[in-house]
Amino acid sequence: MTTVATIEEGTGTPYALSHLDALESEAVHIFREVAGEFERPVILFSGGKDSIVMLHLALKAFTPAPVPFSLLHVDTGHNFPEVIEYRDRAVARHNLRLHVASVQDYIDRGVLKERPDGTRNPLQTLPLTEKIQSEKFDAVFGGGRRDEEKARAKERVFSLRDEFSQWDPRRQRPELWNLYNGRHAPGEHVRVFPLSNWTELDVWQYIAREGIELPEIYFAHEREVFLRNGMWLTAGEWGGPKDGETVEKRLIRYRTVGDMSCTGAVDSDATTLDAVIAEIAASRLTERGATRADDKLSEAAMEDRKREGYF
Amino acid sequence: MTTTTTEELSATTLLRFATAGSVDDGKSTLVGRLLHDSKAVLTDQLEAVEQASRSRGQEAPDLALLTDGLRAEREQGITIDVAYRYFATPRRRFILADTPGHVQYTRNMVTGASTAELTVILVDARNGVVEQTRRHAAIAALLRVPHAVLAVNKMDLVGYDEKVFAAIAEEFTAYATELGVPEVTAIPISALVGDNVVEPSASMDWYGGPTVLEHLETVPVSHDLAHCHARLPVQYVIRPQTADHPDYRGYAGQIAAGTFRVGEQVTVLPSGRTTTVTGIDLLGEPVDVAWTPQSVTLLLADDIDISRGDLIVPSEDAPPTTQDVEATVCHVADAPLTVGHRVLLKHGTRTVKAIVKDIPSRLTLDDLSLHPHPGRLVANDIGRVKLRTAEPLPLDSYADSRRTGSFILIDPNDGTTLTAGMVGESFASPEPVKDAAEDDGWDF
Repeated sequence: MTTVATIEEGTGTPYALSHLDALESEAVHIFREVAGEFERPVILFSGGKDSIVMLHLALKAFTPAPVPFSLLHVDTGHNFPEVIEYRDRAVARHNLRLHVASVQDYIDRGVLKERPDGTRNPLQTLPLTEKIQSEKFDAVFGGGRRDEEKARAKERVFSLRDEFSQWDPRRQRPELWNLYNGRHAPGEHVRVFPLSNWTELDVWQYIAREGIELPEIYFAHEREVFLRNGMWLTAGEWGGPKDGETVEKRLIRYRTVGDMSCTGAVDSDATTLDAVIAEIAASRLTERGATRADDKLSEAAMEDRKREGYF
Repeated sequence: MTTTTTEELSATTLLRFATAGSVDDGKSTLVGRLLHDSKAVLTDQLEAVEQASRSRGQEAPDLALLTDGLRAEREQGITIDVAYRYFATPRRRFILADTPGHVQYTRNMVTGASTAELTVILVDARNGVVEQTRRHAAIAALLRVPHAVLAVNKMDLVGYDEKVFAAIAEEFTAYATELGVPEVTAIPISALVGDNVVEPSASMDWYGGPTVLEHLETVPVSHDLAHCHARLPVQYVIRPQTADHPDYRGYAGQIAAGTFRVGEQVTVLPSGRTTTVTGIDLLGEPVDVAWTPQSVTLLLADDIDISRGDLIVPSEDAPPTTQDVEATVCHVADAPLTVGHRVLLKHGTRTVKAIVKDIPSRLTLDDLSLHPHPGRLVANDIGRVKLRTAEPLPLDSYADSRRTGSFILIDPNDGTTLTAGMVGESFASPEPVKDAAEDDGWDF
């Protein structure tokens, strides 16, 4: 061995990969595996950071050819406008096809009922599963990470769902080496999680390294918010503030982006990626603990929603 | 707890490791402490654990609750699966496959060990090396996990006695070495008190080695690839057929072993056609050399017929192709595997039909005895299997290449993953197994 390959500084040995390179390579392998084994894959794309990173990885996996997947957005009707704008720009820039499953449609048709608390996250499951059935998607990429929540720590990279999109933890297949098993019966589909092994910090570091553009709401800005259940929520027509809740202007940013009704902002003056990364590295709260009301419902909230077909 | 800067965080390596040991050995406490002391457990998670512990009438927060994710497990107080946990220090990022240590969960341990570069085997200093410890060592040896750590826990309960530790370390190392485990590091710890997990122990100044975390941070994660067979299973053929790239045809895959270079002569298996590497695309960036586990796209000189499932190898180092596979397997499905069973075999990116020709023996992990011709393997059984495949496969021995020497068997009817397979001999050393034929009354 005479040639020493270029190495990332700090890894110390020739032929070692940095952790981001290793995670990137694994995610690309997962995308290509699905492209090789499935007929109609789709990427769940919300315009949130995890789905943005997924799309970036998919673009890299097939370059210089286009991504052989379409996108699917489950629109709760309570989205941040900055995020929807970002979504539409990304779709146009990469010449992709976007499917939308709309919660508002289901409410308008009387199929779903608005909850008294105004939160629409739990209402996403039915539009999502019906869209998967009607479009006959057989592989659905989600941005879920195992570090997010206890029930996700046991999730597979390839996660089998029955024709009702249900997840049965006892029916999941052992995943050995990197030999993913995507076989499924007609009507069943597989949820695929290319970011399984990434942490929140990895995602941010990767965004910084790759220079990926994000919706502005991930960075500190002044916004009118009000306090509910210990979280700063954006004031808006979706259902706040209510009696006794007062709006105030604060310097905040979002660590996660979801439905406006249950995504809380954090006080922050981080206006750059480096500042965001430093803030996360020093944070004593998980991103869901800091920002998601819907996961606090019960000890098994996520597990129950996953069983029903939630991402 | 050190503080980390963005720069320190951005260029660390990744170590995948697995734990083996039971709740009684203090595994949850060890895992909980690694996570907690490296700041992977955050305030809201701790609060949730404290709240759940209180609602169960427990006084102290039960760290096992951090790591038991599903309601069924919490209700039954068991762990039914592999859980993956994540933590980082300024020096390295870690992915921990946390596997339950009960007898019936061999398959979970095999699953966790399959992607691990290191395994931590826990023993209770009061009990020493027990049957279960031997089972864990055997799985680490079978799965060819490069590094093993023996964590001798509860040293506080044996008066931090060096002699106790030394005797256990010696017995375990002798056993593991006999099985062919390449490297064993023994560390005396108390997970409860925190001795030698993250912080060095004040009570064991006779021990001069690293703490568990220091060892995890410094163990080498890359191997000397110069001596590895280079292998690229083709996942997907990239053909843009666009105005910008009318003739681009690239063969995409993750390098499973070794290194590839531009200019190298390669052979495509199973066809046996040869050509030259004219370019390597590393996710859109041209490079001269690429190595495992990078995902790349190879460009080749000749327009030969290559598709998903093919294997690209250096012409001077091609594996033999065969339709007769002999392997050590771990059966992971609830329904048994029987002689005559028709299955699918997935090797690399290729899936072929296969039939189970013979099950020569079943291995008992406790004492490594062999039971000839069991006729079937049930969940968590480990045994030898002979298969005949419908098409020739380019197989390496698992000892040479964990990625291209492994396969899974799949049920063609419902897609269940049935069996994990490792081509070639079970253990690195001459078979240290005893033949239990006499006890079985088999008549040859």
